Amino acid sequence: MTPNLTLVLVASVLVGAGAYLFLSRSLVRALMGFLLMGNGVNLVFIIGSGPAGSPPIVGAGDGGPMADPVPQALVLTAIVITLAMTAFVLALAHRGWQLARDDLVSDDTESARIHARAEADDLGPGADQAHDVEVDDDGDEAVAADHGRTTQDDEPRGEGSP
Amino acid sequence: MTTAYSWMVPLLVVLPLIGAGLTLAAAGRTAVQRAVSLTALSGMAVLAAVLLWASDTQGPQVMLVGGWTATEGIVLVVDRLAALMVIVSTTVTLAVLTYSIGQGASSFDDESDGHSPLPVFHPSLLVLAAGVTTTFISGDLFHLYVGFEMLLAASFVLLTLGGTVERVRAGTTYVLVSLLSSLIFLAAIGMVYAATGTINLALLSDRMGEIAPGTAALLQVMLLIGFAVKAAVFPMSGWLPDSYPTAPAPVTAVFAGLLTKVGVYAMIRTQTLLFPGGQFSDLLLVAALLTMIVGILGAIAQDDIKRMLSFTLVSHIGFLIFGIALGSTHGLAAAIFYVIHHITVQTTLFLVVGLVERVGGSSDSTRLGDLARISPVVGLLFFIPAMNLAGIPPFSGFLGKVGLVQAGVADGSWLALVLVAGSVLTSLLTLYAVAKVWGRAFWSENAKGITGRGPVRGGHHGALGVGVLAPTTALVGVGLALTLVAGPLFDVATRAAVDLMLREPYVVAVLGSGVTP
Repeated sequence: MTPNLTLVLVASVLVGAGAYLFLSRSLVRALMGFLLMGNGVNLVFIIGSGPAGSPPIVGAGDGGPMADPVPQALVLTAIVITLAMTAFVLALAHRGWQLARDDLVSDDTESARIHARAEADDLGPGADQAHDVEVDDDGDEAVAADHGRTTQDDEPRGEGSP
Repeated sequence: MTTAYSWMVPLLVVLPLIGAGLTLAAAGRTAVQRAVSLTALSGMAVLAAVLLWASDTQGPQVMLVGGWTATEGIVLVVDRLAALMVIVSTTVTLAVLTYSIGQGASSFDDESDGHSPLPVFHPSLLVLAAGVTTTFISGDLFHLYVGFEMLLAASFVLLTLGGTVERVRAGTTYVLVSLLSSLIFLAAIGMVYAATGTINLALLSDRMGEIAPGTAALLQVMLLIGFAVKAAVFPMSGWLPDSYPTAPAPVTAVFAGLLTKVGVYAMIRTQTLLFPGGQFSDLLLVAALLTMIVGILGAIAQDDIKRMLSFTLVSHIGFLIFGIALGSTHGLAAAIFYVIHHITVQTTLFLVVGLVERVGGSSDSTRLGDLARISPVVGLLFFIPAMNLAGIPPFSGFLGKVGLVQAGVADGSWLALVLVAGSVLTSLLTLYAVAKVWGRAFWSENAKGITGRGPVRGGHHGALGVGVLAPTTALVGVGLALTLVAGPLFDVATRAAVDLMLREPYVVAVLGSGVTP
């Protein structure tokens, strides 16, 4: 089987460009990168399906060799799945926009706090001060304290439950 | 090759999917949703038990979907390994479901004033169960991919329940990493098809040996990378501790139990069936060692109990990779036993942390204190699985680690012996990590003024209702029971490993003995 060079080049360019975009902090760009990569990978299937041929329907072609239908079925499934995932990522990006007015992926504050504490010498004499390292300027310590806390004016137990 | 119990195999996936549809249709009717979910998962557990018995006594149960021949259509196969995985995963999912029902009101929203879309929890959980089961029983690579995507889609929804700032942040990382690993896997499938002309696992086990060794090695690396990201093997494990801890306790519990193990299962299946001969076993051994050590060092540095547990989760994936990489029957058997132990104990611990949150209002061990006096029950429930995780005798964690160490010593290569030393060290450090949390959260002076009056209405008794205590206690009991049934269980795991190493039973069951691929 000799692969189709044009398709190989196109797939490579798509995956390369997609990988570049995927590394971006912006969620929308990363999504674009995912889409490009996904299309590149779909082309890999088409490359792998061998030479072109008549439609794989008995009696429909001209009697020549048929195209391999299996990879096309697989690609179709992959496209559908990619579409669903895209929808979810778009919803996520929208929610991120609602919350923060941008779509940049922020850092993990708890992780940053641990790092900061480690740099401030957790075991040294200054451990107590280092322990209360403030990470951000918007009171992430307070957020950590509220983590897992539900609001006090909840419904009584048993209603509105999952 | 249809057998007497084949008709049960697709039901393992169909039941939760029908349940998901029904619960989605019954959105807002909590009682209906709960009944349907419980029925579906209980049904799955029963089916899985029957199929485990059937596959153990009568060989793998095979279902040809749509009546196509095995070489053309989709095949569903339940052998011992798949049946064991399905039964354990269904058990923990059932426990988590019961727990979340017991939690009652507002269990999934930290900050959104109870306005989060709760009706979506049950359908998502059932789709997750269906996806996980699909990956376990799938007989071809692409169906495995579809199973992965099903469980990923469900896990995305569960991880971002309520759409709070933290969860959107954590979800973004998780979503992107998952999608990337799926793409790598998908590309690998395309290349496998291009190289061999099939994606059926049983056929591939023959044809992989016939293609050029370099091509086969490339395919193996692609598949391994895709699965290793999902299984959180170092250095592809950075996403896990950042994304798991923000989710609600039941969700984290079910994730910890199932998602990474799906990657591990896929590794076991492909390594044994497609690429026997241990080509990359040294590389895998090194990855296993790094996963263990880096993971557990990360766990020691954490304050938050959930984050600590997420790091131990990563660390103990190393043990599983160790067993797989040895490539011996003994190593595989130990790995299979360890998977079962690990799923149970990690899920249990995350549920217990959920209880800690309900009692103490936080999962940050530096803010908690005196919990053992405030709530001895939670202390006991935490202590048993924590010791089990660290591998203290006579718990199942100890037995699994002994099996792995024996397999490593039997292997005898210097790298395997280093791994043995590494796993002992990791166990000790695990003990240190859980002991640190135990000392801080349960025994220490109450420095920050936690009164034991957690966020739950009704104070202490409200926080520890029977609805949340019973499932947690039951899972702790299952973890203890693993010790009691360790003998028979290890025998089943050994038989599963023997079959995996032989490859013959699986291939013959799928293709029939007379088929020449």
